[in-house]
Amino acid sequence: MIPARDILPTTRRGALLGAACLCCLPAAGWASTGVEEVAPGVFIRRGPDAEADRENLGGIANIGFVIGRDAVLVTDPGGSRADGAWLRGEIRALTDRPIRHVVISHVHPDHAFGAGAFLADEPEFVGHAALTPALAARGDFYRERLAEILGAEAVGPVVMPTREVGADGTVIDLGDRRLRLHAHPAAHTTCDLSMLDAEAGLLFPADLLFVGRVPSLDGSLTGWLGELDALEALGARQAVPGHGPALVEPGPAIAPLRRYLATLAEEVRAAIAAGQPIGAAARTAAAGERGNWTLFDDYNGRNVTQAYKELEWE
Amino acid sequence: MPKRLILAACLVALAAPAFAAGNMEPDRVSRWEDLTYLIFGDDARIAPTESLVTLAAPARAEDAALVPVTIATAEGAGVTGLSLVVDENPGPLAARLRFGPAGDPRELGLRVRVDGYTNLHAVATLADGSMVANAVFVKGSGGCSAPIGLSDVEAMADMGEMRMKFAAGGPEGSGRATLMVRHPNFNGMQMNQVSRLYTPARYVTEVEVSRGGELVFAMESDISLATNPVIDFLYRTGDARPFTVSVADSSGARWSQEFPAPESAVTN
Repeated sequence: MIPARDILPTTRRGALLGAACLCCLPAAGWASTGVEEVAPGVFIRRGPDAEADRENLGGIANIGFVIGRDAVLVTDPGGSRADGAWLRGEIRALTDRPIRHVVISHVHPDHAFGAGAFLADEPEFVGHAALTPALAARGDFYRERLAEILGAEAVGPVVMPTREVGADGTVIDLGDRRLRLHAHPAAHTTCDLSMLDAEAGLLFPADLLFVGRVPSLDGSLTGWLGELDALEALGARQAVPGHGPALVEPGPAIAPLRRYLATLAEEVRAAIAAGQPIGAAARTAAAGERGNWTLFDDYNGRNVTQAYKELEWE
Repeated sequence: MPKRLILAACLVALAAPAFAAGNMEPDRVSRWEDLTYLIFGDDARIAPTESLVTLAAPARAEDAALVPVTIATAEGAGVTGLSLVVDENPGPLAARLRFGPAGDPRELGLRVRVDGYTNLHAVATLADGSMVANAVFVKGSGGCSAPIGLSDVEAMADMGEMRMKFAAGGPEGSGRATLMVRHPNFNGMQMNQVSRLYTPARYVTEVEVSRGGELVFAMESDISLATNPVIDFLYRTGDARPFTVSVADSSGARWSQEFPAPESAVTN
């Protein structure tokens, strides 16, 4: 097997840049930082605020793993089989414990396709009950589009969950650490799963929390606003967002996201009330938020479209 | 004056070697030629136009499951029907409309799905039976977007629910309206992973809007229309009678509803 680092050229280059000039580290590329231990036994790779490309191999989300007494839990597995293989290499550099759980937080390719790198470990693949139909509807489409960018080998297969989490949630026990999984109603997507280590006060909201990178709306705007309140009410001390810094304080991190989503709702409702068509609204609604987010122009128009088609039925 | 303009436009159109708008790569041109015969018949002759028909769509689709397309036709062009074709989709003919005496073909808005990079063609049928077309090229999106929305299944719940909205400011003699229909418009390509069976296709096939027996438009549609079809259209003002909408789908279900005409429909 090819060592994962050898298929990630940015790793070495980033490391060199980092060694030459520490001040360049944040701009030198995500892989230069590898994984970061954000809490005892919890390792996270901070994804860059970029779109998937040949350089990053789809590795744009925050992904990582939890090493427990008996087993390792992966969440998320990564943005491609190549990205997942890199993560698996990081795990194996730290521990030989079995990888028993791979939690796929939702259907989006930057979080799900890394699962293909863990098939040989025969873990349970854990997902929201609605993840299976979502992957069935979109998995092949995502795989084909991603293969055009990364090549089919790097993307790997669509991996379906083998353990589905329903409305009652579930608990995964790693021996010395219990992780509570919660299946959310439609919010960022229709299949968002979050994870809480209650004892450590550490929340894994995945893409229910975007920090710095403009969020993408693919579920329900009103639902997401509601779930933000629910997440904040958990009272976790720290959180690992799906995009943004590897570790944040939930309250201050949620506030800008809530403001953006509320602005989107307000301005799209106003556009609908004024009879502004969906295409025109996509160019104007929430435009005042442009300076607050990276990749704003790549996603805001689409978010408006999503919001419009939801709110026009109110 | 309008007649002379139209004539001038026709001459320009005839002089153009082929479709001046849209993407002109050889594969895309031959795809459109094939579609012309498949959809409009072996004898179809469709002349390119950049003036009689114009269409607008985002150059990069924000959401592959919902691409808004607006089609405008020149006043006095004698347009009796309009078709919208999404060249690269598995079911390319998204909609075919026929306008009646209570309708006005000058503006039409539809929402379609796109499977990838594609030309969209708007084809107008004129009073003498001839056809003209214009095109735009749309780049399908990347990122999280896909031609199938995640909540399509939920649209089943209220299937057949309708809304009609009226807006001020239509062109002279006409009012603007928007018809919304709840329908998943399943394209039959989603696999149920448990049963390994495809969700049967179920999509809107007919929408007819009329006033007191006078047709506004009649539309035949297919799987390329987005979930929860929304149609922006014009109607002739000066009539207080209510609108009647009837919708049918591929499973044989029918819904119909009446909407009172707004104040502006009479006075404008």
